[in-house]
Amino acid sequence: MITLNVNQKQYQIDADPNMPLLWAIRDIIGLTGTKYGCGVAQCGACTIHLNGEAVRSCVTKVSRAVGQQVTTIEGLSKANDHPAQLAWNEANVPQCGYCHSGQIMSAAVLLREKANPTDADIDAAMAGNICRCGTYQRIREAIHLAAKLQKEGAK
Amino acid sequence: MSVQEKENISRRGFLKLAGIAGSALCLGLYVSEKAEASVLNEAQATAAIEGVELAAWIIINTDGKVTLISHRAEMGQGVYHSIAQIIAEELEVDLYKVDIQFAQGDEKKFGSQLTGGSSTIRGSYKNLLKLSATARQVLIQAAANRWNVPAAECYAALGHVHHKPSGKSAHYGELVADAAKLTAPANVKLKARADYKVITKPLHRRDSPLKTNGEAIFGIDKRLPGLQFAVVERNPRLRGKVKSFDATAALKVPGVTKVFKVVMGVWTTDREGVAVVANSTWAAMQGKKALKVEWDDTGFEHISTAEIFTRQRELLKTSEGLPLRTQGDPNGVIAGSADKLDVVYETPYQSHSCMEPVNCIAHFQGDKVEIWGPVQAPNWIQDYVSKKMGLAPEKVIVNMTFLGGGFGRKAMPDYPHEAAVISKEIGAPVQVVWTREDDATQGPYRPGISYRCEGVVENGAISALKFRMAGQNNDHWRSPDNGRPNRSTSEGFLKPYYDSIKNLSFSDVPFKTPIPTSFWRSVYASTNGFAYESFLDEIAHKAGKDPLALRREYLKDERLQKLIDKMEAVSGWKSRRKNQGFGAAITECFGSTVGHIVKVSKKTGGGIHIDKVWVVVDCGWYVNPDIIKAQVEGSVVMGLGAATIHEITFKDGMVEQRNFYDYKMPRITDIPLTEVHIIDNDADAGGMGEPGLPAFAPALTNAIFDLTGKRIRKLPFDLNAV
Repeated sequence: MITLNVNQKQYQIDADPNMPLLWAIRDIIGLTGTKYGCGVAQCGACTIHLNGEAVRSCVTKVSRAVGQQVTTIEGLSKANDHPAQLAWNEANVPQCGYCHSGQIMSAAVLLREKANPTDADIDAAMAGNICRCGTYQRIREAIHLAAKLQKEGAK
Repeated sequence: MSVQEKENISRRGFLKLAGIAGSALCLGLYVSEKAEASVLNEAQATAAIEGVELAAWIIINTDGKVTLISHRAEMGQGVYHSIAQIIAEELEVDLYKVDIQFAQGDEKKFGSQLTGGSSTIRGSYKNLLKLSATARQVLIQAAANRWNVPAAECYAALGHVHHKPSGKSAHYGELVADAAKLTAPANVKLKARADYKVITKPLHRRDSPLKTNGEAIFGIDKRLPGLQFAVVERNPRLRGKVKSFDATAALKVPGVTKVFKVVMGVWTTDREGVAVVANSTWAAMQGKKALKVEWDDTGFEHISTAEIFTRQRELLKTSEGLPLRTQGDPNGVIAGSADKLDVVYETPYQSHSCMEPVNCIAHFQGDKVEIWGPVQAPNWIQDYVSKKMGLAPEKVIVNMTFLGGGFGRKAMPDYPHEAAVISKEIGAPVQVVWTREDDATQGPYRPGISYRCEGVVENGAISALKFRMAGQNNDHWRSPDNGRPNRSTSEGFLKPYYDSIKNLSFSDVPFKTPIPTSFWRSVYASTNGFAYESFLDEIAHKAGKDPLALRREYLKDERLQKLIDKMEAVSGWKSRRKNQGFGAAITECFGSTVGHIVKVSKKTGGGIHIDKVWVVVDCGWYVNPDIIKAQVEGSVVMGLGAATIHEITFKDGMVEQRNFYDYKMPRITDIPLTEVHIIDNDADAGGMGEPGLPAFAPALTNAIFDLTGKRIRKLPFDLNAV
């Protein structure tokens, strides 16, 4: 048995230590907000936080997460009110929505690292996340808005 | 598909009201030819309240809760929200309190549920408005009767009926029992566009919050008790058979339980593979890697991309093809000209590459199968799976989830059929996930097409245009070749040209390969648009005319003239200098006309930079301008990938691209700034999921010609290599 801490909760799972976290989170723990897109760290749909840093869960082994804090989109905020989530909704960013768990998890790290990201900062931080619907222009807009909300004291 | 669907709906009787005293009011359309009011019996009404759809589209419970049964799929285009926004207006309810549920597949109840052809809003809005307004009027009448006051003194707002003089009010739930007993008025007056409070407003999407906290259930997220997971080893040559397989190593992978041959139907063809079933997707994937399969790839051609396009060009040299439309005598004019334009445009095979890879759940239970998945056409699946598996249609229950992109790929019933076959074999519910590599290498694809475009310009005027297309016909995958030309040969081309260009023809030069093809966002308009609108740019230059002025001259249509006015105004077209890098294109498909202006410049160190894209949309009556803008912004990004990156290539019958590392997607670093303008008018609604896409590529290449003098006739091309 392997113990994982996901969204501040302990899970005992019976999994191959080499299984990517993505599948342990989705198929064993049952949190499906984290998405499978490519399996080879190309698209970012599976982005989660490992001790607060954005990682691609499709290429991160379960063994690497033992004793660490894993955060998925479901654990990013209690009421869908992280500044990035608020801004995403305000700017009507999602279309199909499949990639946005990963997009928001990437954006959350950027917003923590840079309180006032420039377009260049946003491009650099978000270039690993693909959106097939092409919502990039709104992602940029939403991150600027999230920075503003963060400054104004949203959670 | 779309026009026919519209007709289907209008032929259906319009159900005024149906309900049952004391429980709920059900509103909807019956597929009956009768146009009389129908009252549901108690069992039907109870079933409706319990969430089993009848013909109802809207259900109002006694507690006032309004439930919308959405008959179409939500794949990003926004209809989950937009249908609710339509009914909220005339029903006078709070858009954000309407409970939205996806309908199950049932063509008899809902008509076509194919979420394709950008057809959902334009195909249903008139009935939805009428249905909602009728319901509101009946609720008002019920309240007026109860209060013994004239209905004219009452009005509805936010799910309540109010009596103005007395200040009395009642919520809809209190009125449904009385309302269900009333006869609905035949012709309720609908609001004028100017009086809309909800429709035409850029309101926040209902599905957005579900998509920012992981709550939205896509097909791949659906879970059932006892669910097994499967992947399939698929033939890299698509059409071959399984000769033999060795499952020894696969079955040793912890979690893998079964390995067996599976045959999936792809419309009229069968596809063979080997399924690996396990207790997690990962274990199944590991089992697949350990599997050894020997394929029998005899009996079909192992084609290569170079061969495909060489053959298309050869055909276009010699064959006149099957005429779709001929007016005047283009052949005579062209034969008599010593100075004709005669060029070939080429567009590649492309993958849909939805972010959510193809996947489906099926649970086969003796005499029935229940399916859950990201599907665009639940009724097609019901029909196809029932025929393939020998079940009655009502024994194939198809449930829609959210779709992580569709773009036409998820209109195919192949993967639900495959899941049903696997579930039947293992006797348990199973989720079959296609790996990204399966998604990239297995198709079906947008067909690669070559276009021969000929034209004659005399004294600055168009004397003749002749278009021939050689490419696979998607229809041939669904039904036998009927010897007719591809009906989409002229899709995207603006119809008013038929009135102004005397000698004009379109023909389809039949071309076949073993490669499966299918609809891809905006379908043939996505490639036709590039060829035809680029060629018109060539014609304009040959005629010595401004490309937009030429279009203005030949498009004698009030709406198109206004569209061109707007394109010029927002982009500064008229004040631009020659060779500054401006390009224009206009296409029409699925009822909407869209014009793009692209501005490009030379990058220092070489290559082309896209400075700005202006898009003007005329889609007639619309629901939510922000969703339209989002669809167009996204279409520009998808169009950018389609024009400058994407090409599925074949070598010895196998697809050469596997994943996002060799079928690269535009990223946030690659996108141009896009500005969208919508023309306001009250014309019949057009579609908006697709029409924003086709004009981008030709506007871009026309801009590159303006800047550099280089005419790009083959997609994709590398912006950095121009």
